[in-house]
Amino acid sequence: MERSVEQKPERMERFSTVSDVEVKRIYTPEDVKDLDFARDIGYPGTFPFTRGCQPSMYRGREWTFRMFSGMGSAADTNKRWHLLLGQGETGLSTAFDFPTLMGYDSDCPRARGECGKCGVAIDTLTDLEILTDSIPLDGVTTSMTINPPAPVLWAMYLAVAEKNGIGWDKIGGTIQNDMLKEFIAQKTLMLPPKPSIRLISDTVEFGTKYVPRWNTISISGYHIREAGSTAVQELAFTLADGIAYVQDVLERKKLDVDSFAPRLSFFFNSHLDFFEEIAKFRAARRMWAKIMRYRFKAEDPRSWWMRFHTQTAGCSLVAQQPYNNVIRTTAEALAAVMGGTQSLHTNSLDETLALPSEFAVTIALRTQQIIADEIGVANTIDPMAGSYFVESLTNEIEERAWEYINRIDEMGGMLAAIERGFPQREIADAAYHYQQQIEGGEKVVIGVNKYSTGEQVYPPLLQMSEELEEEQIARTIEVKRTRDSRKALQSLNALRAACKTDKNMMPYVLEAVKAYATEQEICDVWRGVFGEYRESSVHL
Amino acid sequence: MTSGRKLRILVAKPGLDGHDRGAKILARAYRDAGFEVIYSGLHQTPEQIVQAALQEDVDLIGLSCLSGAHMYLFPRVIDLLKESKAEDITVIGGGIIPMDDIPKLKKAGIKEVFLPGGSLKDMVDWAKANVEPCRYGERKE
Repeated sequence: MERSVEQKPERMERFSTVSDVEVKRIYTPEDVKDLDFARDIGYPGTFPFTRGCQPSMYRGREWTFRMFSGMGSAADTNKRWHLLLGQGETGLSTAFDFPTLMGYDSDCPRARGECGKCGVAIDTLTDLEILTDSIPLDGVTTSMTINPPAPVLWAMYLAVAEKNGIGWDKIGGTIQNDMLKEFIAQKTLMLPPKPSIRLISDTVEFGTKYVPRWNTISISGYHIREAGSTAVQELAFTLADGIAYVQDVLERKKLDVDSFAPRLSFFFNSHLDFFEEIAKFRAARRMWAKIMRYRFKAEDPRSWWMRFHTQTAGCSLVAQQPYNNVIRTTAEALAAVMGGTQSLHTNSLDETLALPSEFAVTIALRTQQIIADEIGVANTIDPMAGSYFVESLTNEIEERAWEYINRIDEMGGMLAAIERGFPQREIADAAYHYQQQIEGGEKVVIGVNKYSTGEQVYPPLLQMSEELEEEQIARTIEVKRTRDSRKALQSLNALRAACKTDKNMMPYVLEAVKAYATEQEICDVWRGVFGEYRESSVHL
Repeated sequence: MTSGRKLRILVAKPGLDGHDRGAKILARAYRDAGFEVIYSGLHQTPEQIVQAALQEDVDLIGLSCLSGAHMYLFPRVIDLLKESKAEDITVIGGGIIPMDDIPKLKKAGIKEVFLPGGSLKDMVDWAKANVEPCRYGERKE
């Protein structure tokens, strides 16, 4: 083979994954000679879960088709949800606008121009009632991408269920509620790290006791990857965040690890490099199983499993020749399925330009459905197992991720690492490196640095109402005017008092949302007690 | 660059948007191309951005917004610059921006708009070709 390469040189001097892990010409039994089937691969539904969480995987039930969606008012988003459910979507996922994500009401000066723009605006329980109108809360699970104000939005959901006579043991869903990755990557910031972690542990404890089917945290690598990390960094930082949360709940709440660990859930990105992503998903499950079993001494096998949602990589899409984004998303979705995801969001072709149109989002949903029903990849479990390349890459990604986790442990854990700016710096360096590879033509983006035509073809985009902001502000003012102000104020005072103790804050948040206190009023209590976390400017 | 001094650039994130990957990469690219660069950090109001631009004597402001709030935030920065008699500072923008908004932003005074997939080289070359150093000594009262 060496001789044939000498005679006919290869296309590139070095082949590497999207994350720049070098890929060899060919993989052989030599690359997996230390692999032990029972120890490293095994069977789905059993330790170390490399092959999947459930014994039957997609032969039993398809992954959940869960499209992240939200725009405009609660009524606009409710309409989109019904459209998607009507097209065969099987789970809901809520995109909030930035004011909601950051704990500001729509009438706050800082919210000007943002209302309903990249998600739905939710200020009060009234908005959440409109959002969930005619949605069977006991028949569909709902995910909410919300972080600093997660207890507020979750409390609203619980309150709506209660109002509709649906027991908390009958509802299911997820709040993202992962603040460490906010400091690292997504940057919806509100409180400093320590009180942020306390709020998270409060929700984990509350869920464990009262809402047994709810995932009170979705430990997320997605945003870390979108911020420009490699696959290995995404995996390592996510697991290190997970370790920090488990530690905090154990120390602060003194709960038995097996009482809450089975409800911890995860969220990953599926980027363009097909085999690298599959290897990452397999390595992720194997690593978490080891962490929970050996580091935290969990005994329930359900504490060892890692269940995760996946979203295709928004950052891999480009504005040029936007219809090509459908093909990118298809490949990424396929990798997520081959990697054994529990639920999946597929991005729409127009998301580099605006929120998805009905046309674009339907194609994105159909992409999943075609993968599920037409091409046969869901017929058998973990079809990539045993591939010399995939097993070797799974091992390599795991090894490299352990190196990061060990470094973070040496720094004193993830919180200390974040305070030093370690993950932030690693990600920024990786992002710049990748961009330079694109600029230099080492990494190809079709329509950008290869086969670029200069031609501009743009799909019809979603148009949002101009009056939206005014209408939303009017609705919130009306809620404030008609509520029992004394009750709202009392509930906020009670929450403020609870902040200064080590009591679980969830019952107080619930009382406040039921008294129609606004999201910002509740978050202002926290900001007042714990202070605000802000980024400062830098000279480069 | 027409004068001897280095051009000064403020890369800024207006509004509540937290997507800072592009802004940070661009800030580094400008620095590597020989500009003096200040990155605002996240969650800046238009008022804070203009204040920083004036304090730092910048020649170019690069606004990055992926939240969809650009139609309020970008023109607001232009208006505040006008109020401060600092229209000579060039302002460009980028992010998730529908095509129909681009002519409106340009009409409002945004000199150029860059979209996802745009090349760093184009953005650096654009600045080299189109940005005049502001005459800070003459403008200040």
